[in-house]
Amino acid sequence: MSAMLNLYTRRRIINAAGLSVSVLAMLFGLFWLCWILFTLLDHGLPALAPVVFTQMTPPPGSTGGLLNAIAGSLMMTLVGTLIGTPAGILAGTYLAEFGQRGWLAPVTRFINDVLLSAPSIVIGLFVYEVYVIRVKHFSGWAGALALSILVIPIVIRTTENMLRMVPSTLREAAAALGAPQWKIISFITLRAARAGIITGVLLAVARISGETAPLLFTALNNQFWSKNMDQPMANLPVVIFQFAMSPYEDWQRLAWAGALLITLSVLTLNILARVLFRQSATTH
Amino acid sequence: MDIDHIANPKITIKNLNFYYGNFRALNDISMSIAEKMVTAFIGPSGCGKSTLLRTFNRMYQLYPKQKATGEILLDGANILDPKQDLNMLRAKVGMVFQKPTPFPMTIYDNIAFGVRLYENLNKHDMETRVEWALRKAALWTEVKDKLKQSGTGLSGGQQQRLCIARAIAVKPQVLLLDEPTSALDPISTAHIEKLIDELKEDFTIVIVTHNMQQAARISDYTAYMYLGDLIELGETNSVFTNPKRKETEDYITGRFG
Repeated sequence: MSAMLNLYTRRRIINAAGLSVSVLAMLFGLFWLCWILFTLLDHGLPALAPVVFTQMTPPPGSTGGLLNAIAGSLMMTLVGTLIGTPAGILAGTYLAEFGQRGWLAPVTRFINDVLLSAPSIVIGLFVYEVYVIRVKHFSGWAGALALSILVIPIVIRTTENMLRMVPSTLREAAAALGAPQWKIISFITLRAARAGIITGVLLAVARISGETAPLLFTALNNQFWSKNMDQPMANLPVVIFQFAMSPYEDWQRLAWAGALLITLSVLTLNILARVLFRQSATTH
Repeated sequence: MDIDHIANPKITIKNLNFYYGNFRALNDISMSIAEKMVTAFIGPSGCGKSTLLRTFNRMYQLYPKQKATGEILLDGANILDPKQDLNMLRAKVGMVFQKPTPFPMTIYDNIAFGVRLYENLNKHDMETRVEWALRKAALWTEVKDKLKQSGTGLSGGQQQRLCIARAIAVKPQVLLLDEPTSALDPISTAHIEKLIDELKEDFTIVIVTHNMQQAARISDYTAYMYLGDLIELGETNSVFTNPKRKETEDYITGRFG
């Protein structure tokens, strides 16, 4: 009897100890996160004047905004996503639906995992080497290309995972009707995994919208308004990088405003992705 | 064995062997399936009854390591022949699975999806066909006002009848039912059993079931299988009341399995 009691007491103590360590670890993580958010809001909110959205990045000492950087970021993110998403979805579909036999799929999966964790600066250098040097100038296209290379592995991974979550009985049911494989994939399995795949794309967009390193080597920056993707292009991350390091106070303020903008849009994308995925989880 | 006393065979199986990789799951099966009758496969788990069912539409071909040898004659033509067109075979041999598998689309499109694979119907004819299939599956009155809603929103029993409607909408000759009621409650099960009884006017039905009472209730012929062998095939009445083989008797009286 006392042995039993001992056992229970010991379990309770271990349980309490484990729980305390977990909570402490969580608080530790949360503490820095909240501090970051607080600092961001503290510095960013006052700087977030309407002029940020209407004027170009200024020379030091004069007023200005971030309009060209916001537009450049949006354009390059959009083009990068438009290039990366179809490639990623197609490759992910190949891995999930045809990847059971042969050597190509495992090798692709391995390389994709490497690409997924590759430092983004490497991607930037790569595009610099194969594209920027060849055309002899920085450009929005080069930036979009670098971003698309970051999008592809994320979309491949989520597409494959989401397709694998589609029960095989659904594929069998479609096959039992005599549907050819391309119809099973495009009308049944991709559709069943749609919400998950869109979630993956949104997360990829969130990931690239804050990337600085690949843009430093490709799009560089542009002080003026430019819609020309073949010219160096302004973008939020590089502007933040440049302005935050500068000694000018008005530049630093704009950097805070830009950082807040990026964080808010990433936050929005993440929330959107979660809502979408939860909806799909309840309807299936 | 037992192959001759079935007067009007729709399917005739000769010396069928089936392999999962190196494992032999069916041993030299020979039997017949009567046309426009219900044939039930019973037996303990792992006896090969589902495996046998899945050879009739070559479902196993989705998986590279599975293969069948021997002959399965559907109206006299060997469907195991590599030259047999798989999609045409599956147009003739429909299948409903254990778990309801509604496609992620509207109720209407769930039915129309299969029909569109084979026929190019205009809007009116397609609507007629969808209604026909849903009526046949005893689902029409429940869903006629929500054809544009998702098929995944129906209850389990309704989903399963939707799958039956989807299978018969392409007008197959044979309907394979792989434990179609094992995931359903008793009321839905009764619905589907009644449905099977009506469907055999038009279709040859083969059903795999774990439930011996169900086999006794709805089938005309029963095949008892054990460890990949066909032990006994006969009229359901005689298999259940007067089995010829000791193994069958042990199983249906509950002394085993």
